[in-house]
Amino acid sequence: MQPILVYVFGLLAAAGGIMLITFRNPVASALSMVLSFVGLAALFITLNAYFVGIVQILVYAGAIMVLFVFIIMLLDLNDEKKVKFRSTALIAGIILPLMLTMQIIGVIQGGHRGDDAKFEKIDLEKAAHFHAPKEDQEPTAIYKSLSNEKSPKLPDTNLIGHTIFEKFNFPLQIVGVLLLVATIGVVVLSKKSEPRKTEDKA
Amino acid sequence: MDLTIHVATLIKIGVFIGITMTFVSICVMFERRFSAIIQDRVGPNRLGIPLSILGFKKDFKLPIGGLTQPLADGLKFILKEDFTPAYVRTFFFWLAPVLVVGPALLTMAVIPFGSPMEIGGKFIPMAIADLNVGPLFIFAIASLAVYGITLAGWSSNSKYPFFGGVRSCAQMISYEIALGLSIIPVLLMFQTLHLGEIVQYQVDHGWLLLPFWGEGLSAQRFLMWIPLFIAFVIFTTSIFAETNRMPFDLPECETELVGGYHTEYSSMKFALFFLGEYAAMVVGSALIVTLFFGGWSIGFGIDNALPIGAWWVSLLHIGVFLGKVTFFILFFILVRWTVPRFRYDQLMNLGWIVFFEAALINVFLAALILAAPHIHGLATTFGFIVLAVITFFLIKIAKSATTKTTVKAI
Repeated sequence: MQPILVYVFGLLAAAGGIMLITFRNPVASALSMVLSFVGLAALFITLNAYFVGIVQILVYAGAIMVLFVFIIMLLDLNDEKKVKFRSTALIAGIILPLMLTMQIIGVIQGGHRGDDAKFEKIDLEKAAHFHAPKEDQEPTAIYKSLSNEKSPKLPDTNLIGHTIFEKFNFPLQIVGVLLLVATIGVVVLSKKSEPRKTEDKA
Repeated sequence: MDLTIHVATLIKIGVFIGITMTFVSICVMFERRFSAIIQDRVGPNRLGIPLSILGFKKDFKLPIGGLTQPLADGLKFILKEDFTPAYVRTFFFWLAPVLVVGPALLTMAVIPFGSPMEIGGKFIPMAIADLNVGPLFIFAIASLAVYGITLAGWSSNSKYPFFGGVRSCAQMISYEIALGLSIIPVLLMFQTLHLGEIVQYQVDHGWLLLPFWGEGLSAQRFLMWIPLFIAFVIFTTSIFAETNRMPFDLPECETELVGGYHTEYSSMKFALFFLGEYAAMVVGSALIVTLFFGGWSIGFGIDNALPIGAWWVSLLHIGVFLGKVTFFILFFILVRWTVPRFRYDQLMNLGWIVFFEAALINVFLAALILAAPHIHGLATTFGFIVLAVITFFLIKIAKSATTKTTVKAI
């Protein structure tokens, strides 16, 4: 069942991507990108990464693309006219995807070919053993979920949280500050234009 | 995964979608009767088949009062002429109603309707999809519904629907932020994103807003009640805004925009918007009940005395859950017919200046209360003082901002 779903949603994501660049209408393009995101999210979910899949929909399809559609509609963009490509842009457009394709081929070639059996099933017992609490420590939520007698589950949300906040706490804070700086920058830039507007009116 | 689970899932899909759709149609009936009571009218209280137009002597009256009114409404919508104006963008015009109804019904999939039922030695959860990321799933899918309304406005290719679509787009994005931030204290409390486990927690520790039984009685728990109540207020109000219900129904505000985003729609396509709105309301009520009022739990410590797993206990719990949901639907209707509509700039101010900040402060307050036993007393006091100072200044800034801003109503 799962492999079929992987192909179906993979096709959906690819079809969305192709439609995005072939449609001339900006709104249609934006919506095909949403389709692509939903397909991608479904791919994550087939890989047991529920949290990443849902966040993919929540952030990209549900927030960022809504803003795109909103702006496109407000500006009332018309259908894109066919433009003649400049030769430099054309060459760059050919070389970059080629490099990417070669990289992907390289990754697939160098991957774990032959021992696919290793990846067939997630060994929850082994994982539970790895996350087992040390002496005089309370069992973590990750361990509880992995060693649940009734229905052991992969606690993907807890694992992501554990990795981000234990291993990459400092980079996370830096990223937070970067985003804050960007937000404040936007506020400052948009504030400056206000007095000019009133002058124009006067 | 064996056959029992597959069959059970199929049955669950049928039954729960059926329950939701029945609820949606009964909501319409509730809405009409309740508004009639508020306005001192009678409302639709009878329904019959007019046999007299076929030549019979007497009309046939159905004996269950107005309960069959939704049936007649549905029949009317199907039989009406489905008119598509010539100037619309046809594909998107047809796609929009689907995008409104689909997400609203999909979100129902993760709501736990009752306690798990034991069939053939296996506990089958009474939610269609027993996901680990329940509330996030609902937010993610519900946020896709905005495309339906926005596309309806845009594809109609006429002015008023377009305004309605743009308004709805801005409104839903703004309130999604408050919605997402407001439940962080709740999730800190539960320490899980699994809706079934959230309900189980409330069975053991008392409902989130009524922690009076079980293992819920401690000073810290009662202190936590403050941020949790703030979260409840913000969450409920944001749900109102997300479902485009009064007092936030500016996308379809009749006095300004004729019918808003669905002005150009007729017949069953219009009915689908209607259906989507009510389905979103049902899911919203179900989510409020699940997060704050114990989901399917009966409360008063009764649940753990019952043999969980027996089929009648599951059915009883489903009944209790539906009763609570009905209560909240009635609350939604009561608010609609008593509170006047907001102005658009008031709506935006409320979302961005009041709720956004309040939800953020609330997160820190909840975290501080939860962390207090684990950190030094001095640090806790310092934290509270800093939080109080920040809150004071934020309120001051917000007050000056709400009086000064001239956020243009779109």
